[in-house]
Amino acid sequence: MKIRILKALLCKEIALMRRNPIIPKMIVAMPLMVMLVLPLVANLDVRNVGVTIVDNDRSQLSRRIIYDIQMATSLTVTKVCDTHNEAMLTVENGKADVILTIPPDYSKLLLSGGSKVDIEANGVNATKGMLGANYVAQSVAGTLKQWREEMGVDLTPETEKVSVLNKYNPTLNFRNYMIPALMVVLLIIICGFVPTLNLVNEKETGTIEAMNVTPVSRFIFVLSKLIPFWVVGLFVITVGMLIGRLVYGLTPHGNILAIYCATILFSLVMSGLGVAIANNSSTMLQSIFVMFAFIMVFQLMSGLFTPIRSMPEWAQCVTYAIPPRYYIEIMRSIYLKGTPVSELWQPYTILFIFAVSFSIIAAMTYKKQS
Amino acid sequence: MDCAVKIDNLSKLYGKKEALSNIDLKVEKGEMFGIIGPDGAGKSTLYKIMATLLLPDSGKASIFGLDTVRDYRKLREKIGYMPERFSLYQDLTVAENLNFFASLFGVKIKDSYDLIAPVFSQLEKFPNRKAGALSGGMKQKLALSCALIHRPAILLLDEPTTGVDAISRNEFWEMLSKLRERDITILVSTSYMDEANRCERIAMINKGRILEVGTPQNLVSRIGENLFNAVGENMFRLLSELRVMPEIEDCYTFGSTLHIVAKKGFNPARAKLELEEKGLKGISIYPAKGDIEDLFIKLTRNEEM
Repeated sequence: MKIRILKALLCKEIALMRRNPIIPKMIVAMPLMVMLVLPLVANLDVRNVGVTIVDNDRSQLSRRIIYDIQMATSLTVTKVCDTHNEAMLTVENGKADVILTIPPDYSKLLLSGGSKVDIEANGVNATKGMLGANYVAQSVAGTLKQWREEMGVDLTPETEKVSVLNKYNPTLNFRNYMIPALMVVLLIIICGFVPTLNLVNEKETGTIEAMNVTPVSRFIFVLSKLIPFWVVGLFVITVGMLIGRLVYGLTPHGNILAIYCATILFSLVMSGLGVAIANNSSTMLQSIFVMFAFIMVFQLMSGLFTPIRSMPEWAQCVTYAIPPRYYIEIMRSIYLKGTPVSELWQPYTILFIFAVSFSIIAAMTYKKQS
Repeated sequence: MDCAVKIDNLSKLYGKKEALSNIDLKVEKGEMFGIIGPDGAGKSTLYKIMATLLLPDSGKASIFGLDTVRDYRKLREKIGYMPERFSLYQDLTVAENLNFFASLFGVKIKDSYDLIAPVFSQLEKFPNRKAGALSGGMKQKLALSCALIHRPAILLLDEPTTGVDAISRNEFWEMLSKLRERDITILVSTSYMDEANRCERIAMINKGRILEVGTPQNLVSRIGENLFNAVGENMFRLLSELRVMPEIEDCYTFGSTLHIVAKKGFNPARAKLELEEKGLKGISIYPAKGDIEDLFIKLTRNEEM
């Protein structure tokens, strides 16, 4: 009997969703757009750093330094000038991000033991400034190293030479970090908003009144609002993984079933939250506004874009209460490291608890009587 | 247990505004009972309480002895509620809507078909049309079919004829009389006073209070003999002149004529002469047969005074 009621409710949900002029298209178009465009755009790799050089040395060495900077992939020489004031102008009008000052008689002093170049960076865009200054320093160091070898004075002791190997993402490609995160964003938005709007729509059009006088229990009714979004969630993740593979060549290193399992749990969390919000709002406007507040916090505090470890300590504590934190942890571990599920039991358990409690809250806040 | 609906001293507040105050009502089994009142009188609130969707602030309501608050689960199997607003899924087809509600109540359409046939037969021609694409009258027929699908013992119809054309309204009432023959208690609310005569008994409700309860004939007879029609060439001037006449209690427009509620000793012939002296032409004043609307105006005027 209960199964038959649930089946009837689900058939209704699916029929209504399919006939909706916008929602099915969005469920397909949004993952495609996000996965095809955003990994290219939302990129923290810094390119095209403009460098202005104040060359007070005008030696063979200084010319080599300038040439090497010009050749470096992420750097472009904006201008070579004579005075620092002139160089500042290029920063002020936004043409350059970094100023490199080579002191007078640099090459001569360097051989006799002591002189330094001066690197200044525009800190308005902190990431670009910091990375740009680093790139310039690296480029100069490279030039100096080569020059010294040619001159036969390799001053760097062998022990200080460091070689770095990046594990799991060898080329430190920011895309690999972003692709699992973008799939989580998609799930947050689709599985969060669609069930909320769906239920509030029933309130606004009045169909919920006819529903409420039927003997259907509220648990069954809420379940019929949650289950379709498992399916939608799985679909979105599948599209995401396919694009990751076909377009960006990124395949999950771990078990795909483990990803699906986490996805079901997480869709339940989001749709449960959505239904709970819908239960407490009477218009679309209210529910959208409240949902946005949650989604903002979810996106910025779950470690999707910025590492949790670099947040202040109190904020780190808050993140334990944010469900996507666990989902993103699972996604990145499985995707990039191929971590087996046995080592991820903790986030899985927490996500499971969240899923169950959010579903219960959704059912409890749904009131047939007012 | 004898009556279908029993409401005792029921009140409901929305914030500080009293939507219903101290309502007492009894509806017999198998009765076609009308709740008549203007918009905002509290009809829908009363229906929501009876349909177990709204909790009263004080007092109680029971249907077939089942309390609307305590026994709401059992009650939901017995009532067929049709809200004021069309509340079926507009994007589902006629057949899908009917099937859907049948499955929710765990019944088969063919088992209830005899009951819904008089209502549903006209819809059968287009089972695949979306409910949202139906005309107003057809929508109401579909909603009624869905409300009947589980063979309820009582139908709660909240303004089923509002926004429906005159022909469909007439049809709808005829369907209700057919259902009435099958021993279903029907509670129907309306703001159209002329529909009151279709009911066996009516309750007149205004501003959350019940004004009168009784059969339409009985209620109309309370208006008394002192009701007159008045017509003239200049209706507006006629109205203002009549209103100031001492032997006239009240005068108001009623369709294309004016209705006069006269005090004792009113003489139509003398009034006509008096008016003609004042220059009004084409006057005729003759006794009128009052109806529910006259009573309603009388009752609400009394209340205002």
